[in-house]
Amino acid sequence: MTLMERAYLPAIATGMAITLKHFFKKKVTIEYPEVKRYLGPVFRGRHILKRDAEGRERCTACGLCAVACPAEAISMVAAEREKGEEGLYREEKYAAVYEVNMLRCIFCGLCEEACPKQAVYLRHDEFIPVFSDRDQVIWGKDLLVEDMNNRYTREAWTKEEARSLDLKRANGEATNVVPRAIP
Amino acid sequence: MELTEFIIKTLTILVVFVLTLLIAMYSTWGERKVAGFIQDRMGPNRAGPGGLLQPLADAGKMFFKEDFIPALASKWLFIAGPSLAMLTALLASAVIPFGSTFRYDGVEVVLQGVESNIGILYVFGVVALGVYGIMIGGWASNNKFSLLGAIRAASQNISYEVAMGLSLIAILMMSSSLSLGDIVAQQHGGNWNIFYQPLGFIIFLTCSFAECNRVPFDLPECETELVGGYHTEYGSMKLGFYLFAEYINMFVSSAIISTLYFGGYNYPGMDWVYNQLTAAMGTTTGHNIATLIGTGVFFGKALFFVFFYMWVRWTLPRFRYDQLMNLGWKKLIPLAIINIIITGASVLFLKPFITSLLN
Repeated sequence: MTLMERAYLPAIATGMAITLKHFFKKKVTIEYPEVKRYLGPVFRGRHILKRDAEGRERCTACGLCAVACPAEAISMVAAEREKGEEGLYREEKYAAVYEVNMLRCIFCGLCEEACPKQAVYLRHDEFIPVFSDRDQVIWGKDLLVEDMNNRYTREAWTKEEARSLDLKRANGEATNVVPRAIP
Repeated sequence: MELTEFIIKTLTILVVFVLTLLIAMYSTWGERKVAGFIQDRMGPNRAGPGGLLQPLADAGKMFFKEDFIPALASKWLFIAGPSLAMLTALLASAVIPFGSTFRYDGVEVVLQGVESNIGILYVFGVVALGVYGIMIGGWASNNKFSLLGAIRAASQNISYEVAMGLSLIAILMMSSSLSLGDIVAQQHGGNWNIFYQPLGFIIFLTCSFAECNRVPFDLPECETELVGGYHTEYGSMKLGFYLFAEYINMFVSSAIISTLYFGGYNYPGMDWVYNQLTAAMGTTTGHNIATLIGTGVFFGKALFFVFFYMWVRWTLPRFRYDQLMNLGWKKLIPLAIINIIITGASVLFLKPFITSLLN
């Protein structure tokens, strides 16, 4: 080693300069419960049973989602639409009970793909909340069916669309996508 | 008069004691914050705003853990270890001059726990005692790893104390006084010792890292080799005391470094500020405020060195034990002796020469 290297102090000073640089660097941490990151348009989060434009449930209880489900998380009971319920259900047959076992679900999205009526979706903007009780495991229609006052849409499908959405949001225009954390 | 003096001294010592504890407490928070920032993380930020209640939460946790004493440990010594570590760590802060004087009702109070004319010797004595806490704790644990850690701590502290003392001798030759108050007063007006003793400062700094058992010299608690070192068997608040004593030692040695080399409570432009304040607010209030500013400056310096300790800890890797001993005995001690010779020659020949040139 040269004298400079054996003196050890210049090397220490270099190292200290590097760590000091990191000290003042912007932190990459996203403080999760307060700040949530936008996970992209194809993220598969909590389930939703869509309604159509008139507010009628799209699901016709064909059972294809339950068949497609590799984890066998979905179960349903079909019922026939009565007279006067045309405003509630789009098809003549509907799901009287539609349950997803959230401990079994692996969020693979095969139910979405199997659905012929575009009724079941996995939201890209919401997680299944943490639960600790047995009776919170199985989600029924009360939790799954879409709320017409707070409809679920997916606006940005590609990176470019996401970027233009960011621009829109920066201009203060209303969007349906949860704001992206700026890391 | 005797009684008032006693009360004043008691109060000063209490304030110094509480301040030391408080700073040590928040050093633990600072350590974790600095570690986080250096590693591009946030550090603790859940307990209170900015994680400021984290030390309280940690202390609460420590207190509620089971206070365990191993069956084969020597019970009394096992308790004496952390107590001694705490005691010696806290003793040293008594002689540090935190500021000049405080005027109240015609009485001048020195902002220093004990005005000792052998202050620096006292500090050295107490710091040398510090190794007993570790040694006793490690031995009493009845565990090979604890004992090895304790032996390492003892030999490391003793080795580095030599170089530390030698580097200090150069300062003492210049100041010709052992009193910390005098050493600080002599550095008045930008006359800081760091400008005269850069080599001595580097040696002193290195040795104080070793004395505090801090990275890169934290071999006594080297977890890759010794599990936890001397505090392997410790838990609950006894472990807390060991860790806490380390932080107190850090603060005390930072304070000593800023006292010896960075002019303590002196700062550039101090006389101007003093004159302005006394002219504006009278000799009592102005003097007191000037003292407070000086104390603030002193704490700023000390806290910078506490930060420096942390900064080094999260930058450098640990030394190997033979490297540590080589550095201590073969490099630092010869360097310190050379430093003494140079200082002696300068004091004898250079100083009269320069003063004759100036006059």
